[in-house]
Amino acid sequence: MSGAAVTAEPSGMAALGSTPPLCRYALRLGDLALILGQRLGEWVGHAPVLEEDLGLANIALDLIGQARLLLTYAGEVEDRGRSEDDLAFLREQGEYLNPTLVEQPNGDFGETIVRQVLIDAFQLTLYERLTSSADERIAEVAAKAVKETRYHLRYSSSWLVRLGDGTPESRARVQSSLQRLWRYTAELFEEDDLDREMAARGIAPRLAEVRSAWSACIDEILVEATLERPPDAPYSWFGKRGEHGEHLGYILTEMQYLPRAYPGARW
Amino acid sequence: MSGASPTAARRPARGAPSTPDTEARSAAAWQALARVEDPELPALSIVELGIVRFAEVRPDGVLGVGLTPTYTGCPATEHIESLVRDALEAAGLGPFAVTRVLSPAWSSDWITAEGRRKLAEYGIVPPPPAASWGRRVSPAPIACPRCSSTRTECTSQFGSTPCKALHRCRDCLEPFECFKCI
Repeated sequence: MSGAAVTAEPSGMAALGSTPPLCRYALRLGDLALILGQRLGEWVGHAPVLEEDLGLANIALDLIGQARLLLTYAGEVEDRGRSEDDLAFLREQGEYLNPTLVEQPNGDFGETIVRQVLIDAFQLTLYERLTSSADERIAEVAAKAVKETRYHLRYSSSWLVRLGDGTPESRARVQSSLQRLWRYTAELFEEDDLDREMAARGIAPRLAEVRSAWSACIDEILVEATLERPPDAPYSWFGKRGEHGEHLGYILTEMQYLPRAYPGARW
Repeated sequence: MSGASPTAARRPARGAPSTPDTEARSAAAWQALARVEDPELPALSIVELGIVRFAEVRPDGVLGVGLTPTYTGCPATEHIESLVRDALEAAGLGPFAVTRVLSPAWSSDWITAEGRRKLAEYGIVPPPPAASWGRRVSPAPIACPRCSSTRTECTSQFGSTPCKALHRCRDCLEPFECFKCI
């Protein structure tokens, strides 16, 4: 601990520079699904009742399915022979491009539902537009995923309405979760060079357009749930550029232990 | 996460010129596929489930078979693909290639009339038309498969497999499953 130089960026980030933009974009979409799926999987065996255990596990399963398609594609575009498994389990923290929102801890059931509504509405409004992507593979995956996501939002929003418009205790809890998680939503719509390039090539929509559709969808749900929309935070996180908060490392440690300890393990 | 590479297969450009031989091979393939049961819904064949997109002889003489997964994360997808390979092998239909087709995405509306009848007979309520569902739950009342009462409620929008939801009849009090509608 004697004054060793502090590294400027987490390991792995340097590797991203040479990665094709389309590969990085597929990783953004895929990592969102992968990390959220892993987070929801933590509820298995711990949800308040069996039905919600099944619900969260099923959503996690759909998300892992989407992650498989997107990571496989990212690996093909990258063309370095990396499979979906290599990308899911053997990258460094700085190479994961999920937004910071999805790595936030589950909290109580209400907080998980708030996070889920925010991200389901984002995935839905984004996937709806990606179905007409100039990239055929992205469009195909989006066409499949949009249907699943619509179903997820039906589940999460019905729970948010029940909890928000429920008892004083349930309302207070989800309102405070909303307050806590809202600051991570700015990142979803913060356009950077990669987003602009994807939009210019017709592969992805402009994020301002996604933001207004998302905002309308969220407002409708919050009104029904009698919840107040928090003010926007004046700053943004950048998990989607590989700059993560403290939580992702713990998720990866658990996810990667087995494949790293037993390379090539199959079951 | 491993197994068959889930490529978004393209539909073969054009089938081979239609000759009695290619037609017979394609028809025999459909017959073989109609005998492959869904591993989680043994009442139903994969053709009745609406996941076989095509079975046709390509110009290079290879029999191309396209399958559409019901859900991206359905663990049965790879198992079904291997059952299909076994069935085509056993039918002795010559060289074949099984591909995964993502687009257009599978819809519960693709379950055939016969498939819906078998589901109902098996005690699983067939899905209502996909267009009838909005963000809120199904507007149409779902009838209990045992006593036909429409006084039923959804207890979980998810069930034992990715394709089913749980319901309960408030008259006969029996729980039952309903096919999710996407």
